[in-house]
Amino acid sequence: MKTVCLYFQVHQPWRLKKYRFFNMGKDHNYLDDLANRSIMQKVARQCYLPMNALLLKLIQENKGKFRCSFSITGIAVEQFKAYAPEVLDSFKALAATGCVEFLAETYSHSLAALASKEDFAQQVKLHAAMIKKEFGVKPTAFRNTELIYSDEIGAMVSELGFKTMLAEGARHILGWKSPNYIYANAIDQKMRLLLRNYKLSDDIAFRFSNQGWDEYPLTADKYVSWLTAEDTPGEVINLFMDYETFGEHQGIETGIFDFMKALPKVALGSGQLEFATVSEAAKKYQPVSVLHCPHVMSWADEERDVTAWLGNELQNEAFSKLYGLKEKIAKLKSADFDYVWNFMQTSDHFYYMATKWLSDGDVHSYFNPYDSAYDAFINYMNVLSDFQIEVEKALEAKSKRKSKKA
Amino acid sequence: MRVLMFGWEFPPHIAGGLGTACYGMTRGLARNGVDVTFIVPHAYGDEDQRFIRVVNASDVEAVYGSTESGADDILDKISFIHIDSNMVPYISPEEYESYHEEFVKSGQRVWSKSDCWKQRYTFSGKYGANLMEEVARYAVVAAQVAKDLEGQFDVIHAHDWLTYYAGIAAKRVSGKPLVVHMHATEYDRSGENVNTQVHAIEKTGMQAADCVMAVSNLTRNIVINRYGIPAEKVVTVHNAVRFAEKQSAAPERGVEDKIITFLGRITYQKGPDYFVEAAAKVLKRVPNVRFVMAGSGDMMNHVIRRVARLGIADRFHFTGFLRGEDVHKMFQLSDVYVMPSVSEPFGISPLEAMRSNVPVIISKQSGVAEVLDYAVKVDYWDVDALADAMYALIKYPALANMFSSKGLEEVTNLKWNNVAAKMKTIYERIVEESQNK
Repeated sequence: MKTVCLYFQVHQPWRLKKYRFFNMGKDHNYLDDLANRSIMQKVARQCYLPMNALLLKLIQENKGKFRCSFSITGIAVEQFKAYAPEVLDSFKALAATGCVEFLAETYSHSLAALASKEDFAQQVKLHAAMIKKEFGVKPTAFRNTELIYSDEIGAMVSELGFKTMLAEGARHILGWKSPNYIYANAIDQKMRLLLRNYKLSDDIAFRFSNQGWDEYPLTADKYVSWLTAEDTPGEVINLFMDYETFGEHQGIETGIFDFMKALPKVALGSGQLEFATVSEAAKKYQPVSVLHCPHVMSWADEERDVTAWLGNELQNEAFSKLYGLKEKIAKLKSADFDYVWNFMQTSDHFYYMATKWLSDGDVHSYFNPYDSAYDAFINYMNVLSDFQIEVEKALEAKSKRKSKKA
Repeated sequence: MRVLMFGWEFPPHIAGGLGTACYGMTRGLARNGVDVTFIVPHAYGDEDQRFIRVVNASDVEAVYGSTESGADDILDKISFIHIDSNMVPYISPEEYESYHEEFVKSGQRVWSKSDCWKQRYTFSGKYGANLMEEVARYAVVAAQVAKDLEGQFDVIHAHDWLTYYAGIAAKRVSGKPLVVHMHATEYDRSGENVNTQVHAIEKTGMQAADCVMAVSNLTRNIVINRYGIPAEKVVTVHNAVRFAEKQSAAPERGVEDKIITFLGRITYQKGPDYFVEAAAKVLKRVPNVRFVMAGSGDMMNHVIRRVARLGIADRFHFTGFLRGEDVHKMFQLSDVYVMPSVSEPFGISPLEAMRSNVPVIISKQSGVAEVLDYAVKVDYWDVDALADAMYALIKYPALANMFSSKGLEEVTNLKWNNVAAKMKTIYERIVEESQNK
């Protein structure tokens, strides 16, 4: 009996509006409200609502045998509340079935793990508190932004009290080993790792509708035969993907919903597969080995590294200027400033500044609202510069108030 | 005195010094009683097969929008002729070729939308396949125009190398003397890697001309030393500047910090690198200053990367290409204006800055340095001196005040009327000389 662990990532960034030098000092609304609302409502209509309804139906039909996991960023939840509250309700309905696990992650879908321990801890705690508030459970498993992972990051997550973490089943880390087992972190061996089976995950997420693919069209029967096959050895098959795969990246016309509708029945009917959430799967098996990952990896691009976010001088500059503000933000203790601070950390802003267009340019440009990396950088820095000025002003006002009181 | 002038379209249609200079000069000439027939290349769509069209001067003026202040009378002295062509100022043969190729492939215009003066032009198959062909074709049409206008002009005046063949053709047809105007040389545009074809056209034009007008002594020296044109044939005619009657109200300042501005095309010729390096030096000493680079160009991405690497991107801002009102706004928001050009035949933008009461730092390698006293002048490569000057102008208000008030006075006295009067006497001299031959 093999365990199938389905995990979906839900995220939408707050997109920045065109913010010019002339806006600086006068205009402190940084967001493109129209784009944010229309994209959120479109994705809700095409993906979140129909897919949540389908999953709820599958859970009810299979009487608890169909299970899956989610992580939803704080930034996405903020946008649900602003533009599509019914989506949040439908996630709550899924939570109420007890068959769905919600993982912890960074609140902003941020790169804080690469900035510092404090920044990271703050982001994770903020997210865990949000999950507790919205879904009533304290998350025990963790997934980092874009599956960014290293031995150190794993240890850091363990220190924060999590027992299980997701990572990419990257070829350069695994070598001959299979991703279909539980592994342990190299520094803290109590931390269990679930590794994404990128081949089987991408068969759904990327290749499903590709008519040039020699396995096209993919049916539930065919897919289950791969999962149960002898040459897919192991105990846990981890299928991790963006939730927007369903209805967005793979539109309804590709048959992706029909595929997902059929999958649980065929899988369970085979008698060789069962479904489990992330924490359930981690508890069920013992780690087979320690996984050494001294360098940071992610699930992105052919290289599986972090150069899509921190790979050129533009990204490094924006990153260091952003996190240079953290002490001041902490001193301010203001909800208004925290709100901006959080959405500015979102990794998507850095992704737009990537200049590595050669290998995975298609994916990059698909999500990119800017004409070029340079435009993205200029716009981000203009917003950040204005935010900096506002932070300084607020700090000054605060210290004046204090000295008055004294 | 009647002049047949091969020039370029006026702002706001073309952002750049050439159109601006042509506009001011033409008005100045008209005020001095000189009749100007003004011929410009203008790209029309495919649907229209006429090669030339005469445009009512007042129509043109209305498009540019400043017929107030009783200036209408002088427009009687100017008539416009559009020659259907897709030539634009500053274009290099290589650029032209690549645009043309793209057009042939895609059938669509390809000019990037960031440059407004490029936006207007659509490429069309009826034009020459390369710039040299187009220049020659333009000359053929120009010869026809000159023939049609026989007896209606006394002197021919051609601006910048793209129209020199047209000027020569007009001279051959009519026998009238030719003046060519050097607004920039190929050495300014390309450094030492000159395009030999462009260089050859410039040289041919100047050799064929009866008089060469250079926009500065700097340019005059290049013309004499590097093109081998006899010194007595070359005269310096400094540009002037024409301001709108009404200055728009200063925009509200958003940031309290001092603002030091670079405004121009971000290309090798304009020296954006030196501005960035000096900015980094100033920022090490003074925290409350911001730098703005306004414009676009082929070095923009390089400059952005450099700014990021220097770690000053939160104090160094890019506005992209600015036009119209935004340019004025930018000047009015500035505390210091810098033009660190590596090679600038004249350079009109510091004058516009001074008009907005902004003290300016200009490179000694610019023609405008010859006509200004109240501007800080540094060698473009001397980043330390540039940083020093920036520091002084933001830190010592007395100095900045002196430069801005005296500078305004100085720039107000640079009038096209005076320049045009000088040009008129030159016209008269060469007309007389050619009649005596």
